[in-house]
Amino acid sequence: MAETDQKDINVIRFTDNACKSIQVDKLLDLYLDLGTLLAIDTNDLNNKELQSRKDQYLKSLARDNTQILLNSIWELPTEKVENNIVAKLPKSKFILPREKPAPKPKPLTKWQTFAKEKGIKTTKKSRVTWDEVLNKWVPRYGYKKTKAEKEKDWIIEVPGNVDPYTDMFEKKSTIKQEKVAKNEFQRLRNIAKAKKTKVPSMGLPPTPKMTARQLNTAAQVANISTASLGKFQPKLKKEKTLSKSSVLNLKKRKLPAPTKDEEYNRNLKLADSLINKKPKLNLEKAVNREIFDQETSISERKKGGGNKQRKRRNNQNSKAGREFKKTTGKKRR
Amino acid sequence: MLRVKKPTTHKGKKFILDREPKLIENKKESLFLHGRKGSEIINNCLKDLYHFKKPDAIKLGEKNDFLPFESSSEIERLCKKHDTSLVFFGSHNKKRPNNLILCRMYDHSILDMVELGIKNYRGISEFKTEKITTGLKPCLIFSGPLFEQDSDLKRIQNMLVDFFQREDATNIRLQGLEHVIMFTATQDELLMRSYRILLKKSGCKIPRIELEELGPSIDFVIRRKKLASEELFKLACKVPKELKAKKVKNVTKDVFGSKLGRVHVGKQNIHRLQTRKMKGLRKSASERRKLRANKEKRKRDGK
Repeated sequence: MAETDQKDINVIRFTDNACKSIQVDKLLDLYLDLGTLLAIDTNDLNNKELQSRKDQYLKSLARDNTQILLNSIWELPTEKVENNIVAKLPKSKFILPREKPAPKPKPLTKWQTFAKEKGIKTTKKSRVTWDEVLNKWVPRYGYKKTKAEKEKDWIIEVPGNVDPYTDMFEKKSTIKQEKVAKNEFQRLRNIAKAKKTKVPSMGLPPTPKMTARQLNTAAQVANISTASLGKFQPKLKKEKTLSKSSVLNLKKRKLPAPTKDEEYNRNLKLADSLINKKPKLNLEKAVNREIFDQETSISERKKGGGNKQRKRRNNQNSKAGREFKKTTGKKRR
Repeated sequence: MLRVKKPTTHKGKKFILDREPKLIENKKESLFLHGRKGSEIINNCLKDLYHFKKPDAIKLGEKNDFLPFESSSEIERLCKKHDTSLVFFGSHNKKRPNNLILCRMYDHSILDMVELGIKNYRGISEFKTEKITTGLKPCLIFSGPLFEQDSDLKRIQNMLVDFFQREDATNIRLQGLEHVIMFTATQDELLMRSYRILLKKSGCKIPRIELEELGPSIDFVIRRKKLASEELFKLACKVPKELKAKKVKNVTKDVFGSKLGRVHVGKQNIHRLQTRKMKGLRKSASERRKLRANKEKRKRDGK
């Protein structure tokens, strides 16, 4: 303080100006940004004084710089607001980084793109409409709309082409629910399109993050899906044991071991069937063929046909005979 | 707002919308954090700085066991959670005693980070003066040629302005200019001083300024720094197209201050100029029909 006062006295001695005490001389002009109330002084510091009388020197430096800053602030256009003199600050020039990047334009929805393409312009509708039945203004949507609707539709006529016992109120609510669901689906579809995620046209997408329970069942299914039904699979440390009611827990049914007699009889039966193997006879087929042969031979005789025909028929007969052989081969042998 | 889950309440919706990127941004909020261990000096320093930033600052009480210079994820998470973009992180250990880390964010990731060691510290409580009112916009002064010469210090200066400038103001009450913060860059130190402004009579309109030290007065040493690359910084500083002032074309002001406008007149169509009417120049019926057909055709094409 004392230092600054001395300096001012010096100034007084040489200048007779009335505003001497607010003048500060600097070698280089300060960079001033009045928008941020910022002053940058790039003049050299007095290192000697900075070391010897640090705080006092800094204070005098701050005083001078503040004086310069406030001198220019006082020159700004002012106005009076509630008995206070207020200076209008210009826009700040000092460039500071933003906090977040600038917002990107919202991606258009499917309807919006269509409307844009077709040049459809939506006209703004009023929020309330005059209701003839209720004789009052009723909102189109939102707050107090359902209340008005209930008031209006306390009774609904069942149309002639509908079963007279249908609940029209229920029908109305399901229609409304479906509309809401459809709108929600479309909203999600628009989001998926904007985020460029692939969504199947039908059904549900696979859950990206399965729950612990889902993962556990998946692991258990994988565990059991071996030829030996997971008998030799190593167990994991944290693996949960299957619940008793689980389908995966069902073991293959095992019959009790046969007694000696039972086994003997069973084997004997098997040996018997092998030794006494009889050719199978397809009775129906054999009979049919026999009838056919008879009929053809009769008709042949009646015609007294030529060589050619006989040849062909013989061929046919041989073919049929072969098939017959196949089925009754054992017998002939 | 591209969210799969819709906010259920209006209040929730407002909250989410407030955090979304905007053309004209909210004022930057600051977050005050303590490291694993603290000292009296660093705790007091954080308290004093918190007092300067108060209405738009959040001070978290618990200790945080992470080092911002080693792992940035934790600090980014906290900033995202509280929607803050300026961080004051105070820590104290043997290697770096009384450590103050200043960190600012862009798009929820670290932009600039600088570590300041406190060499000398005198807190607000040590100065027996009135405290300044909270929420006051301070005047900022930077002195020392190093702020201009050293590119790193220039960035740190930018950071300090960002940290202490508070929100943009269009009007300011002249008697309300109370507080000055001065940063001085010497060869090896960064000195922070804060003063109260006393307006004294000077005999003319502009008052004479006297200062009274208010505290805190801190001598910092710059330790580590992690400053954004020039490209990233430029990207962060980019002013959106919508906010840029549109260039006014064809309007100038002359020496006397009167406004001059230049009007461009398009090329005149001389062919349709009405000249003297004469029977000989009249169009025949067939010509007129042809003209009308042409006109209609043009109209259709135009539509």
